[in-house]
Amino acid sequence: MGDRLPDSPDFATDRAALLAGLGRILPASRLYGELEDLKPYECDGLTAYRNLPLAVALPETEAEVQSILKFCSANQVPVVPRGAATGLSGGAMPHHQGLLLSLAKFKKILKVNPVARTALVQPGVRNLAVSEAAAPYNLYYAPDPSSQIACTIGGNVSENSGGVHCLKYGLTVHNVLQVRGYTMEGEPVTIGSAGLDAAGLDLLAVMNGSEGMLTVITEVLVKLTPKPQVAKVVLAYFDSVTKAGNAVADVIAAGIIPAGLEMMDKAATHAVEPYVQAGYDLEAEAVLLCESDGTPEEVEEEIAAMRAVLEKSGATSLRVSANEAERLRFWAGRKAAFPAVGRITPDYLCMDGTIPRKNLAKMLLAIADMEKKYGLRCANVFHAGDGNLHPLIMYDANQPGELERATAFGAEILELSVALGGSITGEHGVGVEKITQMCAQFTPEELALFHGLKAAFDPAGLLNPGKAVPTPARCREYRQIRGEQA
Amino acid sequence: MQTQLADFIKDTPEGREADAILRTCVHCGFCTATCPTYQLLGDELDGPRGRIYLIKQVLEGGPVTERTRLHLDRCLTCRSCETTCPSGVKYHRLLDIGRQVVEENVPRGGLEALTRLALKEVLPRPWLFNPAVAVGKVLKPFLPSALGDKIPEAAGAPAKPRPTAVRQRKVLALAGCVQPGLAPNINAAAARVLDRLGIQMIEEEKAGCCGALRFHLNAQEAALDDMRRNIDAWWPHVEAGAEAILMTASGCGAHVKEYGLLLKDDPLYAAKAARIADLTQDAAELVMAQKDALLPLLAHRPAAGRKVAFHSPCTLQHGQKIRGVVEELLEAAGFTLTPVADSHLCCGSAGTYSILQPVLSKQLRDNKLSALTAGLPEVIATANIGCLTHLQSGLGSPSSRPSIAGVRHWIELLEDQLTAPETDSAAGTVA
Ligand SMILES: Cc1cc2nc3c(=O)[nH]c(=O)nc-3n(C[C@H](O)[C@H](O)[C@H](O)COP(=O)(O)OP(=O)(O)OC[C@H]3O[C@@H](n4cnc5c(N)ncnc54)[C@H](O)[C@@H]3O)c2cc1C
Ligand code: SF4
Ligand code: SF4
Repeated sequence: MGDRLPDSPDFATDRAALLAGLGRILPASRLYGELEDLKPYECDGLTAYRNLPLAVALPETEAEVQSILKFCSANQVPVVPRGAATGLSGGAMPHHQGLLLSLAKFKKILKVNPVARTALVQPGVRNLAVSEAAAPYNLYYAPDPSSQIACTIGGNVSENSGGVHCLKYGLTVHNVLQVRGYTMEGEPVTIGSAGLDAAGLDLLAVMNGSEGMLTVITEVLVKLTPKPQVAKVVLAYFDSVTKAGNAVADVIAAGIIPAGLEMMDKAATHAVEPYVQAGYDLEAEAVLLCESDGTPEEVEEEIAAMRAVLEKSGATSLRVSANEAERLRFWAGRKAAFPAVGRITPDYLCMDGTIPRKNLAKMLLAIADMEKKYGLRCANVFHAGDGNLHPLIMYDANQPGELERATAFGAEILELSVALGGSITGEHGVGVEKITQMCAQFTPEELALFHGLKAAFDPAGLLNPGKAVPTPARCREYRQIRGEQA
Repeated sequence: MQTQLADFIKDTPEGREADAILRTCVHCGFCTATCPTYQLLGDELDGPRGRIYLIKQVLEGGPVTERTRLHLDRCLTCRSCETTCPSGVKYHRLLDIGRQVVEENVPRGGLEALTRLALKEVLPRPWLFNPAVAVGKVLKPFLPSALGDKIPEAAGAPAKPRPTAVRQRKVLALAGCVQPGLAPNINAAAARVLDRLGIQMIEEEKAGCCGALRFHLNAQEAALDDMRRNIDAWWPHVEAGAEAILMTASGCGAHVKEYGLLLKDDPLYAAKAARIADLTQDAAELVMAQKDALLPLLAHRPAAGRKVAFHSPCTLQHGQKIRGVVEELLEAAGFTLTPVADSHLCCGSAGTYSILQPVLSKQLRDNKLSALTAGLPEVIATANIGCLTHLQSGLGSPSSRPSIAGVRHWIELLEDQLTAPETDSAAGTVA
């Protein structure tokens, strides 16, 4: 299902010619064209969508990237950039008539500047590695996707990734100063600057979340943030998910901006506890992780305020991290939640809808009903503070029909997100997965604008074609079906 | 992950085990971040998630050639990926199963086959290996350096005398195959430490290589024979009440602890193997369990304050999941541990890897030595003979690194401390 890219035009690439051409740029050890080698590259973190590329290239230098792009541009070969392939929307899923371009070998941290508080890194550097390199200066890179141990900065920029601490410190877009790369035609581009503002249009924001469709990123200048003096997290347990959902709205309504505000339901805590041994209360229906950071006085005051609100919202018990090791363990559980769910189900679809916080409880109830309707279980893990849902729909790909049911379940959640005044994606991007739902989110005029922007960077439409922005034809069909159902 | 194993393996015990493991992997990619070969090469095919995919293809009946074998060969079996994996994927078992199938489909030829044969046949036999090292050492100055580098130095200090006391409490210890020749003091030190704790250590001569060597060179049947032989050799002692089977090489320990699993389908040996696996303890576990008796013995020892960098072998931290124990014992003995970056990474020794994959192995060793020496330690400690000789070979001659006394097994350092002259004041430091 959905393996191919229906929104991409057809390309008549000849594999032998492609390999011959690239063989003049790369040594054989960094160029793959055999089925055996291509297969493990067929998907990213969303294994339900797979597609074999014609070839995989592993360049090491910018000059190689440029030559590859020029060759592919001249020969009408589509190119899909790839970082660590932890993406959850199929953004790095290959094109069956094209080249998969891995940037994983670009993993040098070029410079950490503690005075300007910036780091200049190559795109294949792992998110966590940036913070590790900045640690000796008491600095860190603030956006922390749960996949931060593995995902790359190039991927983060392309997906405008968020993380558990983005409520207070912003998404990737708020923490990137400059991006350098190459257009599909091989022209070097620099967008943004080391300064805080630059003349002209702010194209930097456009790069964040561009899903590998505008340029191939080869260098990123990121902002570093001073580490807070103290950080503590409160675990608040609830006997129902709706109470926990409402408590999130209460915390924000009380004027508190936690450094992180996350929720896991019982299914999720049960999956992660064997891995992290954080000591979560496994009886509770839901747990909120609510973090405060700053000076010791600020933290003490804020934790007291958080406790008061959470108790009033009906928390059955509260626990504050006793020390840094415990705080990290509490978060480790949250960050490992998706893959830990692999312990209780062979496969899952991770959804990414975002809704106004006041509707969290309503959404949770609706999801519980959908579990019955589709006969599939769902574990709920949320960036609750910003209303970003990550329902994990569990299924077994070996059972005929289950993936289809899971996909329908996911589509219903996304459509409800839009109906509740939200959006189909908070941070994982559209990729191939949510391309149909883009028709629900945007009008044909808006989508035409997106196509225009893409064409400005990549007139031939060769960079990651068929992703993120649906064709008008797909949306017409979508509206027709909807119209018939209504 | 979706799976569709091919008929040739689907309904075998291996097939069922592999299928279950494959289905726990959710392809999140976390494991790639801590995989030593992915860090060096940045290629999906040289990381755990890609290798799992390669094995999946093989078991699903896909094409398999030297291309797949190359990437499986490059795996160190360090199991760092298992420590990282939130989903609990038992990667090393999948790899064992996958490698066996690949080996059958893509036989090796020429020199490669010969090298592997030599490793399989010589290393596990002390009577062949020790003379070989001796001959090698004599010839070393005359050999080309690439070859000379491969001949391990007798890394250790000469063996101290073994205690002779007969005690009520007894533990069995594995002598190991290459260790007695290369570092005979390790087990002597273990025996001396245990003696102080009131425990007699016995080595059963009829036991030999634990089987890990051949198992990881894909001579799995021969390895199972090694294992059965050891079980037979140890069994009378187990029946006589030996408290534990002690491993001073974490590589052997990790393997012996799997005897139960590996022999589970052998009706004659399954139960005994499970019992042996249960009784097996790394020296760190055994000594830590005697901490109450040990601490008073260390109380009046001079606070050595010697700076030690500890390299935790993969078979200790990832294979046996023993973390922080040796570190705690060394600190209790008065050593100061220096910080070591990326302590989860393999040193590149990995059994016979240093011989079969010299380029990657050397890169990993050099990275590891930089991390270990960054805190300016006086000595490096580890817990496995393979890591010990491998790191030692990278340190070069004592004259090139005069500040570092070399690489030793931590139990030797502990034993040195126990036998150091007593002082009443901590101020009177004895080096
Ligand atoms: C367990 C798990 C937890 C996750 N948690 C979070 C989370 O908390 N928050 C969050 O936001 N996301 C999360 N994600 C999703 C994912 O990790 C992010 O989207 C991440 O930014 C992807 O980075 P990557 O390096 O893996 O990129 P890939 O998946 O390889 O690629 C992602 C997109 O970026 C493009 N791309 C990659 N590199 C380049 C480049 N150099 N130039 C141009 N385009 C490029 C690709 O074409 C693709 O469209 C999670 C994923 C997993 C598996
Ligand atoms: S961390 Fe575990 S679940 Fe994730 S890709 Fe690696 S083996 Fe698979
Ligand atoms: S065992 Fe070690 S080398 Fe092999 S895949 Fe796992 S982490 Fe990588």
